[in-house]
Amino acid sequence: MAQLRRKDVLGLQDMDRDEIELILDTAESYKEILSRPVKKVPILRGKSICTLFYENSTRTRCSFELAAKIMSADTTAVSTAGSSIQKGESFKDTLLTLEAMGMDLFVIRHGASGAPHFAAKLLKASVINAGDGMHEHPTQALLDMLTIRENKGKIEGLTVLIVGDIMHSRVARSNIWGLSKMGARVRLCGPGTLLPAEVDKLPVEVFHNLDQAIEGVDVVNVLRIQLERMNRGFFPSIREYSSLFGVNKCRLRRAESDVLVLHPGPMNRGIEITPDVADGEFAVITDQVTNGVAVRMALLYLLLGGGGHVASA
Amino acid sequence: MWLLLKNGHLIDPSQSVNQKTDILIVDGLVAALVPDTNDGVSDLQSLLAQRGLDEKDGQILDCSGFIVCPGFIDVHVHLREPGQEHKETISTGAQSAAAGGFTSVVAMPNTVPAVDNGAVVRYVVERGRETPIRVYTTGAATKGNEGTDMAEIADMVEAGAVAISDDAAPVQSADLMRRVMEYCKMFDVPVLTHCEDKSMTRDAVMNEGLMCTVLGLRAWPRQAEEIVIWRNILLADLTGCRTHIQHVTTRGGVEAVRWAKSRGIRVTCETCPHYFSLTDEALAGFDTNAKCCPPLRTADDVEAIKEGLADGTIDIIATDHAPHAQEEKEVELQDAAFGMVGLETAVPLLITKLVHSGVLTLDSAIAKLTCAPAKLLGLPGGTLAEGSVADITVLNPEAQVTVKSADFRSKGRNTPFEGFSLTGKAVATLVGGRIVSGDLPKLAVER
Repeated sequence: MAQLRRKDVLGLQDMDRDEIELILDTAESYKEILSRPVKKVPILRGKSICTLFYENSTRTRCSFELAAKIMSADTTAVSTAGSSIQKGESFKDTLLTLEAMGMDLFVIRHGASGAPHFAAKLLKASVINAGDGMHEHPTQALLDMLTIRENKGKIEGLTVLIVGDIMHSRVARSNIWGLSKMGARVRLCGPGTLLPAEVDKLPVEVFHNLDQAIEGVDVVNVLRIQLERMNRGFFPSIREYSSLFGVNKCRLRRAESDVLVLHPGPMNRGIEITPDVADGEFAVITDQVTNGVAVRMALLYLLLGGGGHVASA
Repeated sequence: MWLLLKNGHLIDPSQSVNQKTDILIVDGLVAALVPDTNDGVSDLQSLLAQRGLDEKDGQILDCSGFIVCPGFIDVHVHLREPGQEHKETISTGAQSAAAGGFTSVVAMPNTVPAVDNGAVVRYVVERGRETPIRVYTTGAATKGNEGTDMAEIADMVEAGAVAISDDAAPVQSADLMRRVMEYCKMFDVPVLTHCEDKSMTRDAVMNEGLMCTVLGLRAWPRQAEEIVIWRNILLADLTGCRTHIQHVTTRGGVEAVRWAKSRGIRVTCETCPHYFSLTDEALAGFDTNAKCCPPLRTADDVEAIKEGLADGTIDIIATDHAPHAQEEKEVELQDAAFGMVGLETAVPLLITKLVHSGVLTLDSAIAKLTCAPAKLLGLPGGTLAEGSVADITVLNPEAQVTVKSADFRSKGRNTPFEGFSLTGKAVATLVGGRIVSGDLPKLAVER
């Protein structure tokens, strides 16, 4: 099987369509392993993987750890609570220390945009961005695309709506790059206060009216609205946000009849998505989670498997 | 003691001089300007004789092929002393200035403690006297540079502060800024102001726009700067205080100052080399050395800055030299300190990006580093008229330089220009007739 000709996976902006397809194809082939009674393959035996999380995360971290363990890699989890990070050690020193222990690959989640790029430049080991600030979350977009491709048979030509807090969303940014490279049309919908400047210069169509935005779309990807945004004045109340931008059954009827509903989680049921939609026939939210493990297995293999990577310049 | 700078091409915008001229310096002052007559030998002997000077008591330095001009004055530097000597000291900052062709610098007051009273002003002035260049300081507009209560401005002016500034602590209250201006007007001391509405720049890292959106960083919108530029222009009009807008970065800022000048409001402004040399694209790789405040803007803003320099709206070029320690820049971008060093890259950038590219004549570029800043702050220098201090910068505008931060005299290595190939540099810097950086070949006294 082919390999990624890169040391790190930092975002989808700098990835081309062939690479994305390779990752999705690889993930699809690994998915079968997840349904076996004994979920263990020896592909990454002897490789050391560090999950370094500067932000709280349950699903992304579990997903990476499980992916690594299924492939027989050794994993070490480092998080901010109770580590030297809390004692004021710099990001640089934490990275150099862990690399000196022999880590082959770092999975990094960090609140600062660009932190994984800093790590990638510093380290010889590979780096996978597990979400950096408001910048990118490439594995989430890859698992979203895998879920879409699995259910629709293709990505090219589909219309995908991303609704919610676009400004603060790394999921939105990675999806915009990934989907547009794969030939989908991307629509964004959110309040004017939560759309970043000049976002219309990206390959997207921008809406403020959800009823118009959802018209005829094949996929709706609903973003989590963080309640702290309200306190910083981005919108006046949950009630008003929900009435303008909440995805409910009535609105969903305007979409294509076989629309897919995605949500990167964790969900605020009753706020950005109603429970009947979240649990309804169009939702593929648990498929996304399963596909997340497969995508991460694929990336670990493509970066570590078969004897090292081709180092990027 | 006499010194003759021979065969150089003098450009002194204060006297509208642009021709080959020998300069006789006696006891640190410009004694005579001798336009080239192809008869230098007899000139020198008569010049010395007229003044009763001994031929043996001086020397001739050869400036052939070089531009000789009044020493450069930088009205915006951070020397970090007292309190942050790990970033820079008055001594290292002065060496950096001399190496970059600057004979005078004006320090900003955001030290620790802040320069907010006469005692700290005196400290900076005294430490400055120990250096080979002229070091001036501003005083903070507010106590502790905190932006809330007016500092003892009279005390600082009395101690030698050449201006009052709210740099790094922009006064948010329009009412307080009005009072500061009214108060400063009593002493005819200008207010140098950093224009930023901080309610719009919380946690901000870079210019608001496409690049910021793509990188997922907190936005520092241009309006945060322009709103306060307009506010301070209106307050300058109200109070009649001489007001100087620091580091203008946007098209709207240039237009505001242009409007103010057309209305006769007493406003001047500066920009910095990075604002006409770089755009926010420099942040693309999350380079912390390209993070500064105000932030790098867009190509359209760079264009507007150049227009403002060319039509005289922007009076002065200053560096906003902002040295930081390695560990303050080798971190996540959002946590990195704002600012870049500038003293040792300013001249090559200015000559490359403005003069060789046809934005400014060398004369008008030099004016923005000499007579314009001297006039703003009433400093000696800025001219080589007979009788003035012999602060001189000797330039080779055709020299090829590659920026190498490891060679900087500054403690700061934080430059986004590392590895840039530029044209033009200061080959020698003289303060009071004495070479403080670089060297020039000696010529024998011919008979």
